[in-house]
Amino acid sequence: MAKVLLLTRREISSYFVSPIAYVAMALFLVISGIFFALADFRPGAPAAMRSIFDIMMFILIFILPMVTMRSLSEEQRSGTIEVLLTAPVTDIDVVVAKFLGSWIFYLAMLAPTLVYVVLLAAFGNPEYGPVASGYLGLVLLGALYVSVGLFASSLTQNQVIAAVTAFVILIVLAMLGPWIATVVPSRVWIIGVRTLVQQATVRTHYQDFSQGVVDLVHVIYFVALTAYTLFLTVKVLESRRWR
Amino acid sequence: MGAMIEVENLTKWYGNTLALDQATFGVEEGQIVGFLGPNGAGKSTTLRILTGFLPATSGQARVNGRDVLLESLAVRSSIGYMPENVPLYPEMRVEEYLAFRAGLKDVPAAKRRAAVDRVVERCWLKTVRRRLIGQLSKGYRQRVGLAESLVSDPPVLILDEPTIGLDPTQIEETNKLIVSLGGKHTVLLSSHILPQVEKACSHLVIIADGQIKAADRLDELKRRLAHRQQVVMELRTADTGDGPAEVGRAFGQVAGAGDVRTEGAGGGWLRAVVTPAADADLRQALCAVVAHRGWQLREVHRLAPTIEELYARIVAGEADVGKEAA
Repeated sequence: MAKVLLLTRREISSYFVSPIAYVAMALFLVISGIFFALADFRPGAPAAMRSIFDIMMFILIFILPMVTMRSLSEEQRSGTIEVLLTAPVTDIDVVVAKFLGSWIFYLAMLAPTLVYVVLLAAFGNPEYGPVASGYLGLVLLGALYVSVGLFASSLTQNQVIAAVTAFVILIVLAMLGPWIATVVPSRVWIIGVRTLVQQATVRTHYQDFSQGVVDLVHVIYFVALTAYTLFLTVKVLESRRWR
Repeated sequence: MGAMIEVENLTKWYGNTLALDQATFGVEEGQIVGFLGPNGAGKSTTLRILTGFLPATSGQARVNGRDVLLESLAVRSSIGYMPENVPLYPEMRVEEYLAFRAGLKDVPAAKRRAAVDRVVERCWLKTVRRRLIGQLSKGYRQRVGLAESLVSDPPVLILDEPTIGLDPTQIEETNKLIVSLGGKHTVLLSSHILPQVEKACSHLVIIADGQIKAADRLDELKRRLAHRQQVVMELRTADTGDGPAEVGRAFGQVAGAGDVRTEGAGGGWLRAVVTPAADADLRQALCAVVAHRGWQLREVHRLAPTIEELYARIVAGEADVGKEAA
């Protein structure tokens, strides 16, 4: 555990000296700021953050792969992975620390958006329940996206390929449910498949959070899928042993 | 003195390529062992298996009495490993990196500072300890890698080409450092620089095509090679009217002589180099020929085997030099 903390600290400090992390952060804040101003922060609109919470699900599909693409790819490209994995640390320690590092950086990136809450409070009278649940949703969503990004980054030593892979997986994971509902005909045997795909889709489980509903099923979905993706990442690291 | 590194029938396939074929050798505690072989012979593969980075396809390896696969974490904490090309994090500062690695290698927090100070001193990094690793020259990066492998004071050091890319002074210094580690640490170092290996190492393991060709004391290997020592003679035949061809013919007829080369040595003197065909000291017989022919002689000596020669002959697979070793 002490080693996970040590590794996590190194991950975080390496983010804060990395130009690409600042670029991702700035991009995220500019884009989300624009959407907040256009969608939620309007005269006459309800003092809520529903729209920006919904939009963030898409913005983060572009932004988080930029944050995680470096994580394991760069270690593999530069060879530091060899030094890392021949130290007395387990593969699980390494993956958990990489995850925590990126996730904490994401939370730091998310923190400035709390200004929106302050703005809403200054000009209106927001309900804090949905705001809190919306942020909980973002925290869980970020964990899942970061773990997918990490998984993609474990597959290749090329950062660009890692980012694109993560981007593609996330688009499919986030959007397949709504898409399949419009395309697939309603035949009985297919409805089962359709339900399955919809239940596997991020959007199905994320939407309720921005509407102020915290359903345990949704929390479990995010936690379980994140854990499973991290498990796969550990397996990819281990695969060097039998490849 | 127990065996610190034991390798038994280690075999490694990369897909359909055989990288390591039934390799067997041992390293005793406190020895400094040079691990030699041409590029692609299986050196780095062996070192990676020993450090737990790669598994072997079959066979066993033990470090400090523990199996590298079954007790990987225990093995890794007893090894300081410096991989080829010394991969480092460019965004970290030297002392920050060393402290981080000391933590990963179970150096207690209270002792980390002292451990870092010790290796910074030992590897001549004092002037750059606050610099970013990415801004350091190749030589300094190499020393950071070496310092890193020493920071937890591990009993076993595995160094993959520790002096590659260094200038001659730095090679000399690194060599001295490695020699000073002997006794207390067990060192296995791979290298291409033969004179360096000769200075630093007491034992050699030579590998080619994935097979261990020789593993023994350096002086023992040299002794085994010595019976094929060439004899060099300088003589003057002008007074008797014999030419170089005649010298070659006369020496070639001596029992046990193999190849004879002659060349001019200036001032009417002739240098003849006689290679024995088998295990024999030809000096006496050759001198007898010289006396019989009435030639003048000013020098006779045997060429001591150089490590380059040793290496080349073992890698080329001369059975009589390498094989007894196994």
